[in-house]
Amino acid sequence: MPDDALGRPYGVPVRREPVVPNGVLGMLIFVATEVMFFSGLISAFVIGKSNAIGGWPPPGQPRLPVEETALNTAALLASGVALYFANRAFRKDSPSVKPLLGLAIALGGFFVLFQGAEWVALIGEGLTLTSGQLGGFFYLLVGTHALHVVAGFIILLYTYQRLSHHDLDRFTFWPAQIFWYFVVGVWPILYWQVYL
Amino acid sequence: MAEAGTVDTHDAPAHDAEHGHHEQSFLSKYIFSTDHKIIAMQYMFTGIVMALIGGYMSYAFRMQLAFPGESVPGYGVVSQGEYNSLVTNHGTIMIFWVAMPMLIAAFGNYLIPLMIGADDMVFPRINRLSYQIFLISAIILIVSFFVPGGGFGGAWTSYPPLSANAEYNLTPYGATFWLVAVALEFVAFLLGGINFITTLMNSRAPGMRMHDIPMVLWMIIIASILFMASVGPLIAGAVMLFMDQVVGTGFFDPDRGGDPVLWQHLFWFFGHPEVYVVLLPAMGIVAEIICTFARKKLFNYKLILYTAFATGIISFFVWAHHQFVAGIDPRMANVFTITTLIISIPIAEMLFLYIATLYGGSIRLTTPMLWALSFIAEFLIGGITGIFLGASGSDIYFHDTYFVLAHFHYTFFPIAIIGFFAGITYWFPKMFGRMMNDSLGKIHFWGTIIAFNFIFIPLFILGAAGQHRRIYNFQNFPDLAGMQDLRVIATSALLVMLVFQAIFLFNFVYSLFKGKPAGKNPWKANTLEWTADSPPPHGNWPELPNCYRGPYEYSVPGREDDYWPQDVPPDTAPAE
Repeated sequence: MPDDALGRPYGVPVRREPVVPNGVLGMLIFVATEVMFFSGLISAFVIGKSNAIGGWPPPGQPRLPVEETALNTAALLASGVALYFANRAFRKDSPSVKPLLGLAIALGGFFVLFQGAEWVALIGEGLTLTSGQLGGFFYLLVGTHALHVVAGFIILLYTYQRLSHHDLDRFTFWPAQIFWYFVVGVWPILYWQVYL
Repeated sequence: MAEAGTVDTHDAPAHDAEHGHHEQSFLSKYIFSTDHKIIAMQYMFTGIVMALIGGYMSYAFRMQLAFPGESVPGYGVVSQGEYNSLVTNHGTIMIFWVAMPMLIAAFGNYLIPLMIGADDMVFPRINRLSYQIFLISAIILIVSFFVPGGGFGGAWTSYPPLSANAEYNLTPYGATFWLVAVALEFVAFLLGGINFITTLMNSRAPGMRMHDIPMVLWMIIIASILFMASVGPLIAGAVMLFMDQVVGTGFFDPDRGGDPVLWQHLFWFFGHPEVYVVLLPAMGIVAEIICTFARKKLFNYKLILYTAFATGIISFFVWAHHQFVAGIDPRMANVFTITTLIISIPIAEMLFLYIATLYGGSIRLTTPMLWALSFIAEFLIGGITGIFLGASGSDIYFHDTYFVLAHFHYTFFPIAIIGFFAGITYWFPKMFGRMMNDSLGKIHFWGTIIAFNFIFIPLFILGAAGQHRRIYNFQNFPDLAGMQDLRVIATSALLVMLVFQAIFLFNFVYSLFKGKPAGKNPWKANTLEWTADSPPPHGNWPELPNCYRGPYEYSVPGREDDYWPQDVPPDTAPAE
């Protein structure tokens, strides 16, 4: 048969499987937007730091708890690792997916609670949103991240519930993981910029 | 309001009869529908209503400038505070609630599934949520005009400390409502953008390859990518500004160690790509129309596509040209001058490619074609005057004058208004199954275009003479008071232009009910949406089409017809 005007062979085309499934692609685009959102916040903070007269952290303000938060950072990173292994178990249909996913969720919950306790202590020491640039940026950045952790926590709980009913599929679990990896991955950057 | 319009349009012929088995209630069919076509209509009619509100505002403040202090018919005396509020909200509405919903959301939702041969978006419920959030944001903005203190009056760019501190802007509630409305509007388009990109990548008809996608869809997708990539920092800035207004933080307050210029960076990092976010869909609409009515292949499809991508990338490196007088480092101003002048190259290139498409074509001057051609001509004026503003030396003089104002109206008017009219006159037969009246369309076209030039050419002259923006009454400035004639000309032309819009609205409603039935493919165009019924039923096609070739196979030698629809199998081609 002759080729058509664009030089491709005649024939009935077939529908191809998408390279990236819908839910995953949608989540990736959303996470890309989130990356830009956090970049905006972090660059605003970096500019704020460099503008500060009298050095950073500002004198006379409470110090942020570096060591305790290092522990908390480790907990969140461990949660990401647990989720990674949960996914591997899920792909192999291994029964260990449930405890691993449970561990990831529990560590995420621990992170939020620990941070809440940290905030209570800091507010007690006089660090509030309106106490100055440090307080404002601290609660803005860490609080925005905390909201994302809570959202990710709820999403993971939902996947856990689906898993318990044996109707969790790859196309639900995969986007949920992407979001959680984002939440876990952005935290060390915040820790480095805000606490250290 | 918006929904009422959709009802009239879709109760029209044959739609219900054919698909009676769906039997949905009024609410689920037109208000809470997940059908991409209904959502597109919702966006479009909301956009038209907002455009009328924005046009009414321009009428009120232009009358104040031409006849200062006199009572404006239909509005009353414009006070200083109201004047600020009117110009602020005119700008906000026209960009965020007119250009974006009509060009990206309405045409994007309507065209993407139809042009790629899909039955709907991949996330229909997210799509519906997107419109609902958009509607709420529009309502919040309209409510903000009626709260104590009135609507926000700190300019659509909302620079702090003016916008952050109620003692300065005197609109404590209006400012916060404005900010919340804008932020919600961004969330709505974020959800829409996820849908657009995913749908185009994953739901194309079998056989439709990357370079078989109609240019308008690529442009909408590139615009969505730009939007998604640029809006994050602005949302970050909006959260910070909101906290400055409501909680009492001092992120942008220099007294407390904050940085007001930071807002400008966050705003314009979004704000300049935003220009291309709305420009590219309009360029895409024009590309479809000039190919159809010149009966020629789009000149160098791939070059246009890659140029559009390049424009998108460069648009992220030009934002500080809005801040040449804000106290940024002069070395940085040099860099941004260069990038700004560079970005005019790809756009000029695209316009040349469009003109090359026209060259030697058998041009039919229908109403959509007139709009498309006027887009090229008028946008060119906007682009050329931008060169003077992109160069930091001349911008120091022109900054915040009417020259700037006339410049960006010469870009945004072609984009939002001409682009919309081009698109609606072209796709109206597909959307509603009937032709629009061509004579009325042409009268409306000439009335709008001539009046438009009479509005803004005088403003170029005024701006070059040093007239600044956002000033309530120029009679207080002896050097400027003498040029009142030019202001009266501009305002009179605005009145003429607004009156001519009545012809469009009449034509629209009249054609909905009395227009000539259009049939499937009234323009003899190639793209897949013309193979569906007009208007397309729920699900678009009884059987989804295949795609066999690119979208612009017009005047192919050796064929009897001068067009070759994308879904026609090649074996019907004449033997060589």
